[in-house]
Amino acid sequence: MTRYLIKRLAGVIVLAFGISVVVFLIIRLVPGNPAISILGTNAGNPALVARLENQLGLNQPITTQYVKWIGGVLQANFGYSYDQQLPVATLIADNLGPTLELTLFALVLTVVFGLILGVTAALKRNSAYDTVSMGTALTFLSLPSFWLGLVLLVIFAVQLHWFAVVGGSGFKGLVLPAVTLALGGIGFTARFVRSSVIEALRQQHVVTSRAKGLSRSAVLVKHVIRNSLLPVFTIVGLQTGNLLSGAVIIETVFSRPGLGRLLVNAILAKDYETVQAVVLVIALMYALVNFVVDILYPVLDPRIAYR
Amino acid sequence: MTVEIAGQPAADGLAVAVPARTRVRQAMRHNSLRAGVVIVVVIAVLVLAAPLLTSVNPDTQNPAQTFLPPSPHHLMGTDSFGRDLFSRVLHGGQYTLGASALVVLIGGTIGTLLGVIAGYFGGAVGYLVMRFVDLLLAFPGILLALAVAAILGPGLLNGVFAVAVVLVPAYARVMEGATVEVRHLPYVDAAVGLGSGAWHVIWRHVIPGIRSNVIVMTTSWLGIAALWIAALGFIGLGVQPPTPEWGAILNDGENYLTIAWWISVFPGIFLALFVVGVNLIGDGLRDELDPALNRF
Repeated sequence: MTRYLIKRLAGVIVLAFGISVVVFLIIRLVPGNPAISILGTNAGNPALVARLENQLGLNQPITTQYVKWIGGVLQANFGYSYDQQLPVATLIADNLGPTLELTLFALVLTVVFGLILGVTAALKRNSAYDTVSMGTALTFLSLPSFWLGLVLLVIFAVQLHWFAVVGGSGFKGLVLPAVTLALGGIGFTARFVRSSVIEALRQQHVVTSRAKGLSRSAVLVKHVIRNSLLPVFTIVGLQTGNLLSGAVIIETVFSRPGLGRLLVNAILAKDYETVQAVVLVIALMYALVNFVVDILYPVLDPRIAYR
Repeated sequence: MTVEIAGQPAADGLAVAVPARTRVRQAMRHNSLRAGVVIVVVIAVLVLAAPLLTSVNPDTQNPAQTFLPPSPHHLMGTDSFGRDLFSRVLHGGQYTLGASALVVLIGGTIGTLLGVIAGYFGGAVGYLVMRFVDLLLAFPGILLALAVAAILGPGLLNGVFAVAVVLVPAYARVMEGATVEVRHLPYVDAAVGLGSGAWHVIWRHVIPGIRSNVIVMTTSWLGIAALWIAALGFIGLGVQPPTPEWGAILNDGENYLTIAWWISVFPGIFLALFVVGVNLIGDGLRDELDPALNRF
């Protein structure tokens, strides 16, 4: 177990390093002088350009530049947003909460409804219910989230006045964006759970338990659902990544504050230090979630610990 | 990997060559495949035949006819410039669908080649390529596309490249695995033993051997590519106005949601239907081509 933990920890550290290198390269790959790109509309000021060039170490080898940059990042110094006239770290801190809130709520919806839809479809497989719910799942999976968001706004905010069109605070403001964000994940999870449960139903120990007289519901809960939950747990990591990046689009649709809207606005304003920071933060959160899933997996399935 | 056709197991366990036409006919018995093909073909025909179906120029502005609701005269209504939405949506599909096809073509080809090379030759180069692929896969897909779009700037072709970059590691990961599997099948070993060069073996034996993986991947990613191209258009990073790309039209309509819902609704319906169709085809093909891949 300790060896497994150390191996995973080493893996995630290497991954985080790799992610940071890719993110560091974003601004270096933008054509032209990075200092001028970062300054944006302030690039006309030669003194400012010279100061930033010096600060970024642009006349030094690229490895030195990376070390300088990552040293700052490790001290929560992500640079300065000349577009917003604020340190990038402040922008991140202000916008992290709403995004986490949205993602977490959507994740709960995804898991709960994905499980319900998938398990019930598997238990009634090849019935009309199965066809309809899997058709629904496929549709959820295929809907463009930004379009779905607009349609829900038209129906529930413009026509029915249940929610505010723009803004909306607290739980009420969270419902429409979270549902919009979650639907795709619900479709994906439901399909995955269904095949996972069907596979578990075919296992010999399930057939044996039924044959020796255990009730159907006891077999389902103890043997089928429990075993089919394991693979589902692994896709929680994947889903978190999808939801985090989906939030980027959803926040724009619903004009919600958050990392996603910060990122989109930064891209449009060519505010590259903010772009770098947001991409880094989201990718690291994704890596962290997958790491947690990895280390929790052997707790749920002791067979894994010996590998 | 042999391509097995459901319902026609060969008695001696050997794959039997079935004429392509028969195979297509058999595959079309699959309900979801049939439904998907119908949907995609109808949308493709509507989009490609746009100039024949409407005589209205999608960019012609008409200040006297703004925000008209759908009517027999303007099937999908008009937008803030009085442009006919029916014409804009049909013509716009050419950009969205064309760009998505280009994404799959570019990203899929590069990713497949990388995966096949890494899987076939292995060694240090293969190892490094695959570690780089893993690194790119550590980024949530659309986040990577947005980062590339930030570097390249807005525009249709830039959007295509941004999304294609996401497909490269995804294809490479799957094709590397498939290539390693095919690499030491008896017929491939035999070709190597008979003295065929590496590229000959790859071209004649490995790539045909992983064909079903390529087809399944392509149907999965074509739908995603369409969604992401439109998403880039929607947030203003893809096609620039006045070009009528579906995502860009949705972006137009967002500002007039309260007074003209039709601007945002119709392009989205086309996009959603197209993606549903492609996914139905993908499901059907997965069943037909590779039951082992039929996980979800």
